[in-house]
Amino acid sequence: MNIRHHFDDATLMAYASGSLPKGMALLVACHLHWCPECRERVRQAEAVGGALLEQIEPQAMPDNALQQLMARLDDDMAAEVSSLVSPALLPEGVPAPLHHYIRGSLDDLPWKRLGYGVHHVDLNLGGKGTTRLLKIAPGVSVPHHTHTGNELTLILRGSYSDEIGRFSAGDVADLDGEVHHQPIVDTDQDCICLIATDSPLKFTGLMGRLVQPFIGM
Amino acid sequence: MQEDEPTGGDVNAVIQIAEEKKKQQRDSWSARLTSLAETRDKAEFAAIYGYFAPRVKSYIVRLGMPLATAEEVAQEAMLSVWRKAHLFNSTKASASTWIFTLARNLCIDRMRREKAVEYELPEEEPDPDQRDMAEHSVLEERMQVAIASLPESQAQVLHLSYYEGKSHSEIADQLGIPLGSVKSRLRLAFSKLKAHWGEEE
Repeated sequence: MNIRHHFDDATLMAYASGSLPKGMALLVACHLHWCPECRERVRQAEAVGGALLEQIEPQAMPDNALQQLMARLDDDMAAEVSSLVSPALLPEGVPAPLHHYIRGSLDDLPWKRLGYGVHHVDLNLGGKGTTRLLKIAPGVSVPHHTHTGNELTLILRGSYSDEIGRFSAGDVADLDGEVHHQPIVDTDQDCICLIATDSPLKFTGLMGRLVQPFIGM
Repeated sequence: MQEDEPTGGDVNAVIQIAEEKKKQQRDSWSARLTSLAETRDKAEFAAIYGYFAPRVKSYIVRLGMPLATAEEVAQEAMLSVWRKAHLFNSTKASASTWIFTLARNLCIDRMRREKAVEYELPEEEPDPDQRDMAEHSVLEERMQVAIASLPESQAQVLHLSYYEGKSHSEIADQLGIPLGSVKSRLRLAFSKLKAHWGEEE
């Protein structure tokens, strides 16, 4: 996998500090499964957390806390079973953290039509914003839109191009409200991506106003 | 601390001595955590608990959890230290960084009421230029110094992000600045900290 587009440092710091909304954290974890470079950067961002833990003003635990915990050290531990599937068993284009939620191939998902060659599956993760898979047909372009908050996109299969560049499998687009873009699928293959936002998208222009009620992103 | 040094003394030497002390301490926590996996020595665990549990508790309180819950989660975090000590890899992180990630994940689980599966990462192939343990402590030591020297505006967003678990949008609202400024401050802070990380000895 030849990854050319990575996360913004600020996004990886939010991930490392545990402050990303769930869907966005899932998306970051998916990219990390494919990207050693971003894994290293996350490790650095976590080391910031370690350094801050060293610097924090300690607050004493209750007097008997250590004793109580010592009594539990010999308890049987609940088996630590990793929920990760071995990479060889993962369907094509599905990183392990996503597999936990969809449990199958991208082709077998209950895709719902949004119109204009666009299908989607909402992961219904709850919380602020949305997390969904989007399947866009070749040549189709998503209406011009801007973002009121943050939007992360991870390409799982296929590719698209927009004002920023060309994005293919493994690449991420890490955008905020300052970006105004119109992606278009640029090969003869569907482009499937995972998109997580922390607030609704805002479409602009006539096309946007027409499609907004359908897409509702 | 070296407050008793005469003024006009070699400040760099003083800082070096202080850093050396802290580095030894940090090295020793990583080494002790590594040996805990083999020895399963409860007295050793108690020592690690004595140092880290009050820090973990303080971190969780700052994230906004009620005191009783924070103490409960801190206990769980320290129990994880005991149970997962065999997973600690001093070539990848220092003891404090590893314990930070354990505590962070437990807090996320608690707040979302479900397991933070997305934080699990695959085991990696050994990296040919992987840093050894001593170097990791050096890096973190440098990071401490670098954090302390960040401009207030950058340190503030770093603290709100890590200590209080605030999202970028929440920080922007709280400080009354645009989202883009929150991110650029974090980016600037991280690039300064990374410069320390990447430097050769």
